[in-house]
Amino acid sequence: MNLLGKLTWDAVPYHEPIIMVTAAVVGLVIVSILGWVTLKGYVPYLWKEWLTSVDHKRIGVMYIVLALIMLLRGFSDAIMMRSQQAIAAGDAQGYLPPEHYDQIFSAHGTIMIFFVAMPLVIGLMNFVVPLQLGIRDVAFPTLNSVSLWLTASGILLINVSLVVGEFAKTGWMAYPPLSELQFSPGVGVDYYLWSLQISGVGTLLTGINFVTTILKTRAPGMGYMRMPVFSWTALAANLMIVAVFPILTATLAMLLLDRYLGFHFFSVDAGGNPMMYVNLFWMWGHPEVYILVLPAFGVFSEVSATFSGKPLFGYRSMVAATMAICVLSLMVWLHHFFTMGASASVNAVFGIASMIIAVPTGVKIFNWLFTMYGGRIRFAVPVLWTIGFMVTFVLGGLTGVLLALPPVDWQVHNSMFLIAHFHHVIIPGVVFGAFAGYVYWFPKAFGFKLDEGWGRRAFWCWFIGFHLAFMPLYVVGLMGMTRRLQHYDVLSWQPWLLIAMAGAVVILAGIVCQIVQLVVSIRAHEELRDVTGDPWNGRTLEWSTASPPPPWNFAVLPHVAARDAYWVAKKLAPAKQGEQLQARKYEPVEMPKNTPTGFVTAFFAVVTGFAFIWHIWWMAAFGVFGAFVTLLVFAFRDADEFAIPAETLAQFDRAHQTEVVL
Amino acid sequence: MRSVVLAILFITAATLGGCSGGVLDPKGPIAAAERLIMLNSTGIMLAIVIPTILATLGVAWWFRSSNKRARYLPDFEYSGRVELLVWSIPAMTVLLVGGVTWLSSYDLDPPKPIASAVKPVRVQVVALDWKWLFIYPDEAVASVNHLTIPVGTPISFELTSSGVMNSFFVPQLGGQIYTMAGMVTRLHLLADETGTYRGMSSNYSGAGFSDMHFKVDAVPAEGFAQWVAATRTTGPVLDAQTYSDLAKPSKAVTPFSYRAVAPDLFKGIVSSLSTPDHASHFVSPTLQRAEK
Repeated sequence: MNLLGKLTWDAVPYHEPIIMVTAAVVGLVIVSILGWVTLKGYVPYLWKEWLTSVDHKRIGVMYIVLALIMLLRGFSDAIMMRSQQAIAAGDAQGYLPPEHYDQIFSAHGTIMIFFVAMPLVIGLMNFVVPLQLGIRDVAFPTLNSVSLWLTASGILLINVSLVVGEFAKTGWMAYPPLSELQFSPGVGVDYYLWSLQISGVGTLLTGINFVTTILKTRAPGMGYMRMPVFSWTALAANLMIVAVFPILTATLAMLLLDRYLGFHFFSVDAGGNPMMYVNLFWMWGHPEVYILVLPAFGVFSEVSATFSGKPLFGYRSMVAATMAICVLSLMVWLHHFFTMGASASVNAVFGIASMIIAVPTGVKIFNWLFTMYGGRIRFAVPVLWTIGFMVTFVLGGLTGVLLALPPVDWQVHNSMFLIAHFHHVIIPGVVFGAFAGYVYWFPKAFGFKLDEGWGRRAFWCWFIGFHLAFMPLYVVGLMGMTRRLQHYDVLSWQPWLLIAMAGAVVILAGIVCQIVQLVVSIRAHEELRDVTGDPWNGRTLEWSTASPPPPWNFAVLPHVAARDAYWVAKKLAPAKQGEQLQARKYEPVEMPKNTPTGFVTAFFAVVTGFAFIWHIWWMAAFGVFGAFVTLLVFAFRDADEFAIPAETLAQFDRAHQTEVVL
Repeated sequence: MRSVVLAILFITAATLGGCSGGVLDPKGPIAAAERLIMLNSTGIMLAIVIPTILATLGVAWWFRSSNKRARYLPDFEYSGRVELLVWSIPAMTVLLVGGVTWLSSYDLDPPKPIASAVKPVRVQVVALDWKWLFIYPDEAVASVNHLTIPVGTPISFELTSSGVMNSFFVPQLGGQIYTMAGMVTRLHLLADETGTYRGMSSNYSGAGFSDMHFKVDAVPAEGFAQWVAATRTTGPVLDAQTYSDLAKPSKAVTPFSYRAVAPDLFKGIVSSLSTPDHASHFVSPTLQRAEK
């Protein structure tokens, strides 16, 4: 009877120099950061102001920090895959044996979707949506903190798998039967399942939180048709989260039952059916693409309107298109497996349904185009990302419609063409969008702009690197190269994969530029400081408050009289702003108290997940019990709010005069 | 400018892809039809996409804030005509491509037999860890990692898997289809020209996946008859016993053949996994992977 279940010292891959060196470096970095923070005496500050914060702005920032750190991890995987495929041609086996390479591509997909793209998008929504809606926080602030920390738990578990045990060798979709115990007896799939289950719960809670926030707690006067488009896209994305994340959770739970208790949901024998998993997975998986891309579309809408000095063209069309995509995306999942032998009618219906999504998406592209038409476009960095997105994404969409054609899909499904396609929509769509949002809202979050020069360099590296890295993959895909090959025998593919490798290096240069940009901007933050709270001549309510906004966001809740509320107010601004400010009636504001509930829950979630992965049953019981007690303690709290006196609000307002008072 | 570069790249991709044995270099009617659909649809969409890219760049450049000649229209936020236009352009495109989808999904449906005066050759395909078994039930021979087919004859495939999912794919002959344990999928292909084509698994299936490719030899009809005759004289016999040896996981298996095949072997492989109550002598060989 081993007290630690399956866990022994053999779980640590001492024989893998790449992993051990990485682990040592990462460990060293973590230890030195922790040491530095402790020595400088920042621990109480971090704990009180950040780790236990329920402020949506700080939670948003923490999400984005997590995402950017995981981007480095996911990108390291990408570089390893590209370099492996660049050299492993003919008889060469490269430097990564299959058992390692297979973990790398599985981890790359899982991390990039769940732990980079999702936190980026959710982080932006957290920071921006309450500000845009003119409110002081989300509907359930503590729940929001729980969501963040559960996501962090998933991230921690997936990173632990690097040094303790292994990660899944099944691809990021973990299709059974391959992911069943029979074919994947190791702990890799269990790491995959538990990290996604835990973070998935966090995401679902985020969805519930934001749907409630957007539907129920908007500022007075903000009807649906006055809501900023980013908030609309956030609503659509969160509705989809609420609709489909339970499917993912249930599906992974069934696979867990198969693996832990010998059920036969998806097994090859005893009446199980793996096709059910494939269907269920994509019923979540396809809407997931739009959960990621719709908020990015929202960012592009805000950026194109703001920097053109014009309202968004065709606002109603944009809203209609967003909601159309929200609904249609639930009806196209089968296009991920036209090759599974469905009948011609089924394939045709799902193929056409998939193409129909191209209509609202196309409408969006044209509307951004007409937003720029007649504008005075300032080519700031967010605009570069937006235009870069528009010209790139339409081609990615084109190859997407090709893949929606069943006969074409049979020829390029699972090939490098497919890899090129979804990177062609996700990188310009989601990543460029998130970067545009990052540059656009950074001054709002921290009170100073990011350096322009390094921002431009980062954009060009990403833009050129992207095309170098992924256009060749279309070519090799058409040449018949399938995905997930650890080595290959067709030498004519190699030149293209070398170009792709070069592209990945150029993207790396882009990432380096972004790191430099951050460092340079922090060092020069006095020159880059924005005292107006409105550095871009913005249109929506987030620009009407100070940068960074105070914890209460708005001393007096704004009354919204029109779409683009802040822009309209600026146009109508009376000359005597000062008098108006003095005439303001401040009332004390009730704000939610910070609480360690989220952090402590996440701690127990990690314990539980880790214990289940290694079959340490007593520890699992301890983790579940601990999480339950945390919930009880929170439920029986005495006070969850504190009042900010009116005088504090007035003082802050006098110190941070904004252009226009709403 | 960039779009032109991209279009050139795309066309270069197409031509180069065509030269090197991929899906743009078809050697049979199915692959040729699929390529035609791909090229036609690409053409239809490029007619919209390229102008859109150029318009985006043109508008963005012309309306730059430093251009004093550009008109500033701060209130241009709605136009019914423009709205109608922007909804109808993509809608018409999709209508066109959607029509192509509907027709071609039926025309090229993988289970649909290929119309031909020649009697089809039947091949039963089993995806194993990590190699391909091809059984010719009418000829009663079988081969591993090597498929020989007669030119100009429709090939009727029945496909299954011994365990994990794979995908049977010969790009130059036509689209792929999944192979799944306990189930049979159908595919029909035809080679017009003699030659050797690359086939592979196109669905990741574990550690030996990268070597799970095979050669397809398309030979004249008489050549096929000779091959069958020659195969019948050499190699082991494929029955339940030798099958379960073969099905043990192995990588990069050199092609070989079986001189005879036990009747109904394929049916047995399929049903051993599809009927849970049936006590079968086909012990699922891939269970051995669990004993790591």
